[in-house]
Amino acid sequence: MMKLLHRIFPHPHLTILLTIVWILLANKPSLNSLVFGLILGIIIPFVTQPYWPDRPKLRNWPMVAEYMIVVLWDIVVANVTVARIVLFKRNEDRRPNWVCIPLELRTPEAITVLAGTITMTPGTVSCDLSAQGHNLLVHCLDAPNPDQVRDEIKQRYERRLKEIFE
Amino acid sequence: MTFIAELLIAIFLIVSGIFGFVGSFGMIKLNDPMSRLHAPTKATTLGVGGVLLASITHSVLLEGKLSLHELLITLFLFLTAPITALFIAKWHIHRHELPSDLPDAGEDELWATHAVEQVEDVPDHSAN
Repeated sequence: MMKLLHRIFPHPHLTILLTIVWILLANKPSLNSLVFGLILGIIIPFVTQPYWPDRPKLRNWPMVAEYMIVVLWDIVVANVTVARIVLFKRNEDRRPNWVCIPLELRTPEAITVLAGTITMTPGTVSCDLSAQGHNLLVHCLDAPNPDQVRDEIKQRYERRLKEIFE
Repeated sequence: MTFIAELLIAIFLIVSGIFGFVGSFGMIKLNDPMSRLHAPTKATTLGVGGVLLASITHSVLLEGKLSLHELLITLFLFLTAPITALFIAKWHIHRHELPSDLPDAGEDELWATHAVEQVEDVPDHSAN
C-alpha cells in the first residue's frame, strides 16, 4: 500500500509546493485553482520522477523556518553594509578577495541551496565548485580577513543546512 | 488609516528605490568585473523586495483584498538570480583567471572551470 502511494506521489512536498504556487499564480483562492493545482502537482512530479532519483529527505522542519528567517535577516543587514561600501568606501581601500570554503555537505541539493544563499546575500557571490565538489569558491566584495568570512558562512549557513539535509 | 497605509507604502517604495539606485551606481563605481557582479544582488533582493512589500500592503490596506502572488516573484528571483551570477562568474574564471590566481582548491587541486581540458588557442589569460 505504501509502495503504491509512493509510486503515485514520488515527491509529496513538491506536490504541495506546486499546488501552492498555482493558487498564488491564480491569485484568488478558489476550488477551481485548488483542483487544477493539485492535478498539476500530481502529474509533474510523476512525469519528472526518473530525472530526480535520490531526493534527500528534509529532516528538520523547524530548522527550515529558522534558516529562512536567518537568511532574510542577513540579506537586510548585508544590503546596508554593501550599500555603505559602494557609496562611501574608495576603491583603493576596498579589499576584494577570493575565499575557499571547504564543504562538509555532500548532497547536491544542499550544496545548491548553500551556493544560492551565498550569492543572494549581498557582498558574497559563489563562483565555482572544486573539481570533485569538495570546496566552494566565493568572491567577496570587501574582505580584509577571508578566514572570518569562511567561518561565518560555515557557522551560520552550512551548519544549519547539514541539520536540514543530512 | 489611509494616511498610515500610504505612509507605509511610500517608505517601502523609497527603500527599494534607494537600493535599486545603489545597485546601479555600484555597476559604474566598482572597478573590477568580479566586484561589479555584486551590485545587482542588491537590486534583486531589497530593491525588488521593497516594491513587492509595497504592492502587498497596497492591496491589503487600500483595496481590502489579500494578494500574495508577489511572493512568487521573490521565489522565482531566488531561483534564477544565483544561476545567472554563477554563469557570469564561471565565464570570468574561464577567460581571465589562471589556476594560480585563485586560492587553493584543497584536495581536488583544481576548480571545476579549470578542470576541463585546456585548449591550446585560448586567448591571453593575463589580460585582467
